[in-house]
Amino acid sequence: MFDSLSDGLQSAFKSLRGKGKLTEGNMREGLEIVQRSLLEADVSYPVVQEFMGHVSERALGKKVLLSLRPEQELVRIVHDELVSILGPVDPSIHLKKDGATIIMLCGLQGSGKTTTCGKLAQLLIEQKIKPTLVAADLQRPAAIEQLKVIGEQLGVPVYSETDNKNPVQVCKNGVAKAEAEGSRVVILDTAGRLAIDEELMAELARIDKKVGPDQVYLVVDGMTGQDAVNSADAFNKSLELDGVVMTKLDGDARGGALLSVKHVTGVPIKFIGTGEHFDALEPFRPEGMAGRILQMGDIVAAAAEAHRIVDEKE
Amino acid sequence: EKTRRALNTDIRDLFKDEGRLVDDEFLGELFAKLIRTDMGAGPAEELRDDVAKRFRGRKVGLDEVLESITAQTQAMLRQDAAPLNLAGKPSVILVVGVNGSGKTTSIGKLSHYLTSHGKKIVLGAGDTFRAAAVEQLTIWSQRIGCDIVTGKQGADPASVAFQTVDKAIETGADVAIIDTAGRLQTQSNLMQELDKIRRVVGKKVEDAPHEVLLVLDATAGQNAISQAKGFSDAAGCTGIILAKLDGSARGGVILPIRRQFELPVKFVGLGESIEDIAEFDADSFATALFAD
Ligand SMILES: Nc1nc2c(ncn2[C@@H]2O[C@H](COP(=O)(O)OP(=O)(O)OP(=O)(O)O)[C@@H](O)[C@H]2O)c(=O)[nH]1
Ligand SMILES: Nc1nc2c(ncn2[C@@H]2O[C@H](COP(=O)(O)OP(=O)(O)OP(=O)(O)O)[C@@H](O)[C@H]2O)c(=O)[nH]1
Ligand SMILES: [Mg+2]
Ligand SMILES: [Mg+2]
Repeated sequence: MFDSLSDGLQSAFKSLRGKGKLTEGNMREGLEIVQRSLLEADVSYPVVQEFMGHVSERALGKKVLLSLRPEQELVRIVHDELVSILGPVDPSIHLKKDGATIIMLCGLQGSGKTTTCGKLAQLLIEQKIKPTLVAADLQRPAAIEQLKVIGEQLGVPVYSETDNKNPVQVCKNGVAKAEAEGSRVVILDTAGRLAIDEELMAELARIDKKVGPDQVYLVVDGMTGQDAVNSADAFNKSLELDGVVMTKLDGDARGGALLSVKHVTGVPIKFIGTGEHFDALEPFRPEGMAGRILQMGDIVAAAAEAHRIVDEKE
Repeated sequence: EKTRRALNTDIRDLFKDEGRLVDDEFLGELFAKLIRTDMGAGPAEELRDDVAKRFRGRKVGLDEVLESITAQTQAMLRQDAAPLNLAGKPSVILVVGVNGSGKTTSIGKLSHYLTSHGKKIVLGAGDTFRAAAVEQLTIWSQRIGCDIVTGKQGADPASVAFQTVDKAIETGADVAIIDTAGRLQTQSNLMQELDKIRRVVGKKVEDAPHEVLLVLDATAGQNAISQAKGFSDAAGCTGIILAKLDGSARGGVILPIRRQFELPVKFVGLGESIEDIAEFDADSFATALFAD
């Protein structure tokens, strides 16, 4: 094994240094190394396969600059392709002109929905908007209490009902009350659920239908593995998602699941969560994420530099 | 032995016209099935290459090959019986893991499991950070009907742990289970906090903590390896609880984890209700790993 991916790639392209074109033959080993890296970053296998297909198509026949090494050219193509797939960028919450904009957060258990409610509220407060939070998780012990504490910390109202077992009603009532009070944004915190839990997925679809949120965001744990394709697909089919938030990217997870989620849903990635505090929410940047997933930053940088020099000469 | 097995398979092939040629396409499909479990590219390549070596150019069924891989995986995962160490008086169990992996819920279910095995439990609400973490564990303690020791929001978790063990001694409880706040293995300050909890309970009861259980989320991918390493280094984990195995994720990342660390999987979490916990069984786990 090589110490780093970069070493592995350099070795794969030894024979090709500084000459000719990228061909199927001379790229094979390099492509395999890239593929393996994506798998290690938790990009789902079918997504990796399709992605590698695009990359080799784009790379085939590409002339390698004299000043550039072939592995640099290939990684550059991979990186650009990642950036383009992860985009376009749309890190704003679209608010309606009149009436309350309803945002619903959904996702698997423990992915970070309730915390993200607080973070979105904080973001809105910074824009001088005071949202209402609705406690629609009637499953998890102390979920309502958790949202109430968050509301208190932020100074925003939290709508909850103690005895109602029906989240659809709670959401409807919460939205009605928030609208009556002139709230411009209502954020619904729903219970975590498994994508294969048909009953709970149907419940989510009922909230969607009866309450009609303007924005539905899927909250995905940054440490998610191969199953991301399945769960994201199931949520998107039940709900028609409008955006994705990936959480827990403050650690060392490479977050390749984001590529899977983007691939199956096609909806924009809005924000990434980088901590437990309310201000730990960042607008999504495809370049940063591509670099993180690929972890070949040194090669990407060298390739960019070589291209810059060539461009300048021309 | 080898020739006889090869012979057997060859004869079977003759009678099985729906068998498939083990070629690149077949190996690719197999690889997809292996990767899907989250076992990681390394182990998946090994298993695939092994199949290629044994069967390439021959006709076999994917099921047949999966069966043989299942057997191999079972062998890899089989571990010495790993019952909880409950030798302490009281025994102290510390539960650790990344944010949202399922610690608090697993504690609730584990407590119920131990209670139904005749043990008297005291819970310690060592997560003094997350909003309503104390309330969440309190609800579990009410469901179980056991004592709970809590501190104020922001209190020192080590002091809550200390008081929990105190309470266990005072009430003659068999087991003290201490919840901790979720943290990422890269946060060195927070990881040191776990070590402090260890030391504090160790001063109170000999050999405590008797168990440090790492709760891993079965939906996690390769980062779980880094979690196993980080938490083991900082908190001396003695076992794993693999939570959320009731979903469509397979939890195959415990394969590389079992390989790299001396960490037995002790329990699996199978849902959010009090009964949804089971002792880990390598054979049925491996079978479920490749099931459709
Ligand atoms: N490090 C880190 N922790 C996070 C982030 N977002 C959320 N968390 C933590 O993850 C854990 C779970 O977060 P919650 O917001 O309760 O998740 P949830 O999706 O509402 O969970 P359920 O309602 O049980 O399904 C908590 O400990 C949060 O503090 C993040 O971006 N980084
Ligand atoms: N389906 C399923 N959900 C689970 C399981 N274990 C825990 N959960 C859910 O996962 C979410 C997070 O569980 P918690 O027990 O709060 O996780 P935690 O590790 O204590 O979280 P923090 O304290 O915030 O770090 C909750 O919604 C639980 O109900 C399980 O085995 N299966
Ligand atoms: Mg929640
Ligand atoms: Mg907890």
